[in-house]
Amino acid sequence: MGLTKSSTGTNLLNSNVQYLKNENGFTVALAGNPNVGKSTIFNSLTGLHQHTGNWPGKTVSNATGSFDYLDTNFLLVDIPGTYSILSSSQEEDIARDYICFGNPDVTVVVVDATCLERNLNLVFQIMEITDNVIVCVNLLDEAKKKHIDIDLDLLSNMLGVPVCGTIARKKSTLDNLIDVIYKVCKKEIIPTPKKITYLPIIENSINLLEDKLKTLFNFPSNLYRWISLKLLENDKKIVDSIEKNLDVNFTNDNKLLNLLDNLNNNLDDSRVNKTNFRNIITSSIMKQAEKICNKVCTFENKGYSVRDKKIDKILTSKTFGIPIMLLFLGGIFWITIVGANYPSSILFSFFGYIQENLIDFANLLNCPTWLSNMLILGVYRTLTWIISVMLPPMAIFFPLFTFLEDLGYLPRIAFNMDGFFKKCCCSGKQMITMCMGFGCNAAGVTGCRIINSPREKLIAILTNCFVPCNGRFPFLITIATIFIAGNIQGFTGSIISTMAVLFVILLGIFMTLIISKILSKTILKGMPSSFVLELPPYRKPQFGKILVRSIFDRTLFVLGRAICVAAPAGLVIWIFANVGINGDSLLNIIANFLNPFANLMGLDGYILVAFIFGIPANEIVLPIILMCYLGNGSLVDLDDTFAIGNILVQNGWTILTAINVMIFTCLHFPCTTTLLTIKKETGKWKWTILSFVIPTVCGIALCMFTTFVYNIFVTF
Amino acid sequence: MRELLCLNDLKFNEYGYIYDINCDDGVKKRLLDLGLVKDTCIIPILKSPSSGIKAFDIRGSLIAIRDEDSNLINVYKK
Repeated sequence: MGLTKSSTGTNLLNSNVQYLKNENGFTVALAGNPNVGKSTIFNSLTGLHQHTGNWPGKTVSNATGSFDYLDTNFLLVDIPGTYSILSSSQEEDIARDYICFGNPDVTVVVVDATCLERNLNLVFQIMEITDNVIVCVNLLDEAKKKHIDIDLDLLSNMLGVPVCGTIARKKSTLDNLIDVIYKVCKKEIIPTPKKITYLPIIENSINLLEDKLKTLFNFPSNLYRWISLKLLENDKKIVDSIEKNLDVNFTNDNKLLNLLDNLNNNLDDSRVNKTNFRNIITSSIMKQAEKICNKVCTFENKGYSVRDKKIDKILTSKTFGIPIMLLFLGGIFWITIVGANYPSSILFSFFGYIQENLIDFANLLNCPTWLSNMLILGVYRTLTWIISVMLPPMAIFFPLFTFLEDLGYLPRIAFNMDGFFKKCCCSGKQMITMCMGFGCNAAGVTGCRIINSPREKLIAILTNCFVPCNGRFPFLITIATIFIAGNIQGFTGSIISTMAVLFVILLGIFMTLIISKILSKTILKGMPSSFVLELPPYRKPQFGKILVRSIFDRTLFVLGRAICVAAPAGLVIWIFANVGINGDSLLNIIANFLNPFANLMGLDGYILVAFIFGIPANEIVLPIILMCYLGNGSLVDLDDTFAIGNILVQNGWTILTAINVMIFTCLHFPCTTTLLTIKKETGKWKWTILSFVIPTVCGIALCMFTTFVYNIFVTF
Repeated sequence: MRELLCLNDLKFNEYGYIYDINCDDGVKKRLLDLGLVKDTCIIPILKSPSSGIKAFDIRGSLIAIRDEDSNLINVYKK
């Protein structure tokens, strides 16, 4: 899941769409393995902008959208990708619960044409639950490149359900799919899935149990066989889920328990027991899948692509793997820093010009000075500063980052870094959630659902805000440009600022590892649990889509959020700066109060005030600092970032202040949205408070440390 | 009897065929979900620069498995 209106911010908090039903039409579920293009199909059909990306697990909750075809309305439900409905992680539980109990009119199983065999496993599992299945063979273009040819008609015959071939990126190829969905919903096509036949001894037990269940419970008719199979397998998690969703209790009925015991004993005699049951079932399915694939597919090369292998050898090599990763990251920052400067200064002068005119206009209207000051110097100025400082870096950073994401590089980062995370007793998948945190920490926290072990998931959640989100990036970049690069202009200057930003990011990653380790050794004790991660094939990113998506879905959305928070915050700050007791403004009183403590951290009271006021959204920290310094009405023209620098220097900023501000930006309490998301994901205030305290304490301690070291150097 | 060796000892680009999987339940299930049943072909492809994890070609897709798990998977060569 990425950053869209529905996936970031407070919308994360009310996304419980588990049992969706279309009242006026049909409900269509979109299921499939991770990373087979479900979200792309979803977007093409509904015209919505569910974020897509080339890595498993980016959709972590159900998303819905609707479309019309002929006279009928269809509600499409995009389910998180899952390898199997016998799930193991949270986002897969969501998928399983919807597939099994959501009761959609038709379930479209999207499969990857390049590895059909494995994908058929899920198809067979879903066909055990419902008859109304359509198989959508996606990524035919990639299959063609790998010289894989699939006989779709034969596949349809062998499965007994309709099969559509699609290239999700080409919208026209979806027409057939829509038509088939329509026909299945209207019962013009009736799928008759050819279910797997297991070993005779298992089939017998299923039949006996099915008959018993029919006399005892009133389930949807298609579920008896599946529930019998699951009861025989006795997987607690799934049985619990069945009991919960169908509101029954199997343990209440002694006759059923006796029968189950007998059957299990019989199975045991035939060497089918709890430990190998799943293995036997899956083997039967995979044998059938292999048989089908051998008939319908013609391969030239079956294995993992030769081109990908060459790229992977370099990107994950012992010598180059990690340097290349840093180079990519640094490159992105560098382009952002260099590219953002110019548009930033244009925006500054533009808004400055309007501001002057606004003041003139207000004077013309004989508007009271306090009102015009409050609105123009308070609200308007804060707003425009945010736009000037944030818009250019974001508009450059996001498309670049999305590019890496679409390419399929993120799982490689996780693969490269896994060794370090393992040493800290956590999961390499944490790296993926951290990369999501670069966009938005709240999205990163939700993304932690991809981590199976609850302990490791909690660690990933608690440490997510150690990576600076986009709300903090522009701030970091601005400070780095002004203070670290300083008067060094041009190429060298930009390289120096890049290094500074990169250093802060690495510090964040380093702190994440340390804190994860400490948590694993103290309150969240445990060994690293094992995990399995798919490295998807590289895909050529679609430049046009990346631009549109990252500008509209991410940049403008994040900016919009910042503006919504900034306007009232600007007002509040202005009031704090201009209302006071005995001629001393409230802001000064608070800042002076905090000053001694702030000095210990190498900051000043105003900066701390700004961070505290910035809790609703980190984006507004810098504007608040500037407001504080300029608060008492003195009007300064801000032409560009360096003008900001002058103001800061005039207010006593040194290189130490700059460094500490950068450190504290990276390491401090998360914003309200992230905190609320953490509360929702963990369900406990305890963890929420901890996620507030941990980074703050780290930040304060580190700032104090640098101040201490700096003072020693200055003294001697 | 075919000679068994653990998956982690299989050389890069060498073909192995699954004999049995003795990992803990969670991983075992996940590997089954990925179609890793008896006799499935598996080929080591990549090693992480931070070590401790390798990526394998399983049925045409690339799957990363940590060493402590691949140590518990037995394969045979044909």
